[in-house]
Amino acid sequence: MPKYSLRVNGDTHEVDAPEDMPLLWVLRDLLGLTGTKFGCGENLCGACTVYVDGSPVRSCSRAISGVANRSVTTIEGLSPDGLNAVQEAWIAEDVPQCGYCQSGQIMAATALLAENPDPSDEQIDRAMLRNLCRCGTYQRIRKAIHRAAREG
Amino acid sequence: MATTNCAVTNISRRDVIKTLGLATGFVLSSSVVPKSLRALAGRAVADPFSPSVYLAIDEDGTVHAYLHRVEMGQGARTGMTQMLADDLEADWDRIHLMETFGDVKFGSQNTDGSTSIRMFYDAYRTAGATARHMLEDAAAAHWRVDRGQVEARNHRITNKVSGESLDYGAFVAAAALLEVPDPAWVTLKTRAQHRYIGTSVQNLYAVDFATGRAIFGQDVRREGMVYAVAARPPVVRGTLAGYDRAAALAVAGVLDIVELPVMEGAWGFQPLGGVAVVATNTWAAIRGREALAARFHAGPNASHDTTEYEASLWRAIDGGGEETYSRGDVEGALASSTRRISADYFVPYQHHAPMEPPAATADWNAGDLKIWTSCQDPQAVQNTVGPYVGLEPADIYVEATLLGGAFGRKSKPDFAVEAAVLSKHVGRPVKMIWTREDDMRHGFYHAISAQRIEVGLDPAGRIQAWDHRAAYPSLMEAYTGQVVDAATSFEVAPVMEQPLAVPHMRIRSAEAKAHVRVGWLRSVTSIQHGFAVGSMVDEIAEVTGRRPDQVWYDLFGSVLSGADLTDPDRPEPRPVVAERLSAVLRRVADMSGYGRVLPNRTGIGLAAFTSFGSFTAAALEVEVSESGEVRVPRAWTAIDCGLAVSPDRVTAQMEGAVVFGLTIALHGQITVKNGSVEQDNFDGYEICRIDEAPVVEVAIFENDHPLGGAGEPGVPPVAAALSNGIFAAVGKRIRRLPIGDQLKA
Repeated sequence: MPKYSLRVNGDTHEVDAPEDMPLLWVLRDLLGLTGTKFGCGENLCGACTVYVDGSPVRSCSRAISGVANRSVTTIEGLSPDGLNAVQEAWIAEDVPQCGYCQSGQIMAATALLAENPDPSDEQIDRAMLRNLCRCGTYQRIRKAIHRAAREG
Repeated sequence: MATTNCAVTNISRRDVIKTLGLATGFVLSSSVVPKSLRALAGRAVADPFSPSVYLAIDEDGTVHAYLHRVEMGQGARTGMTQMLADDLEADWDRIHLMETFGDVKFGSQNTDGSTSIRMFYDAYRTAGATARHMLEDAAAAHWRVDRGQVEARNHRITNKVSGESLDYGAFVAAAALLEVPDPAWVTLKTRAQHRYIGTSVQNLYAVDFATGRAIFGQDVRREGMVYAVAARPPVVRGTLAGYDRAAALAVAGVLDIVELPVMEGAWGFQPLGGVAVVATNTWAAIRGREALAARFHAGPNASHDTTEYEASLWRAIDGGGEETYSRGDVEGALASSTRRISADYFVPYQHHAPMEPPAATADWNAGDLKIWTSCQDPQAVQNTVGPYVGLEPADIYVEATLLGGAFGRKSKPDFAVEAAVLSKHVGRPVKMIWTREDDMRHGFYHAISAQRIEVGLDPAGRIQAWDHRAAYPSLMEAYTGQVVDAATSFEVAPVMEQPLAVPHMRIRSAEAKAHVRVGWLRSVTSIQHGFAVGSMVDEIAEVTGRRPDQVWYDLFGSVLSGADLTDPDRPEPRPVVAERLSAVLRRVADMSGYGRVLPNRTGIGLAAFTSFGSFTAAALEVEVSESGEVRVPRAWTAIDCGLAVSPDRVTAQMEGAVVFGLTIALHGQITVKNGSVEQDNFDGYEICRIDEAPVVEVAIFENDHPLGGAGEPGVPPVAAALSNGIFAAVGKRIRRLPIGDQLKA
């Protein structure tokens, strides 16, 4: 089995994994980082969103072989010193219902604000379109992103 | 929640025993510690003060809350904590939530039917008040004052004579020696005295959700754990025909191939059968399953096809059906009416599709079985798993994790049986993971339904007769194990329960055999009945040339007082029911500015429905573009659930219910061909995205009526309000869901 080295939230890990193993399962099963969620496995729901070298990717559809020696950030490492402005806003607006998709939502929202510090509703909708929430917390996601833009 | 450290003064037990004249030598009984908890290895649970199954208080004053219902997004655990803390006069930050484990001592733990708050409002308050009462008794004894001279407030008790004040923890040991008082002696707070109930507190899990620390069923990890996925028969009651064991075992990481038990008899919550791949990680199990190339005999449901099945439902409706309810003489009234309106409504199979696919982890260790799973009812897990592994249900430790959505799917713990059987087989902890494809193909679907409503109007346009026919497969085979070939009176009851002033009414249920597993989905049969009833009211307005709001008010306005119209969920007189439903509709009409001038191709649709003991209404502003795209920029909803214990969580449920209802109306459709479900992921079964989510404004009523539910009642009016809004916008009537491309040129 091939060996890969990758940096996750600042720590270097060596993992034995077949080259096609999605980053999602490396994180969840091999490294025990379960904050990144399994929702669809097919790049359709956004629950597994993480950053590779700072850019958001769907970890369920990114093989370990393409991530080796690169830097991965998960929800656990998003703000190691506490909560970032998006997380603070998520709590203040009490966005989550069941909470399951919210790691991915927060990762996507943080990435959006890094690119566009004050997005409009339409820009939020466009950026968050591929992050599904079955509880229907979308309205509060918009509110929390606006709050994070304001207070971040 | 963090438990803060606090200085406590311990009052010796001897002091209190002397004062109260109790026998010395009395030792705190360990029976207050739940058996299942004691069974947990390595878990230190001190002898606490536990006058109720719902709480225990440590000598440092920490309150351990044993909430017996699960959290799946509905906010129930936050609300239950509010109920417990309020009458306990607890400091919110010193409440510690315990795991939720299955135990009959709690009564029903089935987190279902929007019952957790409304059915346990008195019980949780009484539990808190009882503990407070006993702490006050202990304090009064300690200070040798009349109990009227002590007062509990925010985790402290004050001696009103001396002004001295001590933390609850100081009195825990003494209070534990007292007899638990009869609930009749315990005074509950008045509504005006509440400080948590009716107040928006933060969701207890908000920080865990925002940081990824929350543990769902999919996230459970145990020492030595292995992972499993299964290939199940694509057709219900299909059986395994063959598989390539060697190829699967050749996949790196695959440890074992295990055949799963074959389904027998009524399906209940049984697993479907098939064959599982056990591996060192999920990906290896998934790859192993591909290599397995399992083949199945299709079995008796192989010809099920939704297109043909729908035609059979309409034929059954043409044939009449069994009467489940009747008042007056509907045939005579129809015959003598001046105008008759008939309309057919169709709703396809729907699926729960919680964002977290089902998952369960089982640890079989020499006859001792523990299960951690995202289940709606840990006792259902105990009861369902027991016979498969040869254990008494009570001897299985079942812990409910957080649920990443459920909507009824995780009431049915077929996945937990699979995990248990596999763990017993391999002798290690096994996490059974359902992939999204498994979730979509092997659901307990919301029934495909056909309805025909015929109404008869008198010359003044008043509704004299309402003849309602329904044909859809029953959920009873899952619910009770009883196989029936038509929707039961229980399932069609929501039609009868609406407080409509119609003198002659009949409901019939026509034959519909089930060929896929049918289950309950958030708001259950009120989904299709809310759509049909709400649409028909709007159709009556259309035919009579009246404003829809006025037709609704008339329907509620002169309701029969009929005492024969029973609704076990809401034993209130029908005029009261009608008044409450009318009031929420008026509220959303006001909020939406109903009747105002709207842009071209824009309309507001209204609907109201009562379900799960609550009253809800929705007004949706609907735009239909020239190309037939539907957009809902704004929605207004209202709920009268008597009292919202946790108003912001109720608001969240109502907001989410709009999106849930829009998914049903715009997209939701499971189709079946050759007995197999055709959709297998979110590309085939679409749910609403953020750009389809309206801005929702929610009104919550408060009054002295009994509490109603909040998780489900927001859903039923939504599809009808959307359809009625489309009619208002462009004059096109939607009678089939999903809307899909029906408005496209």
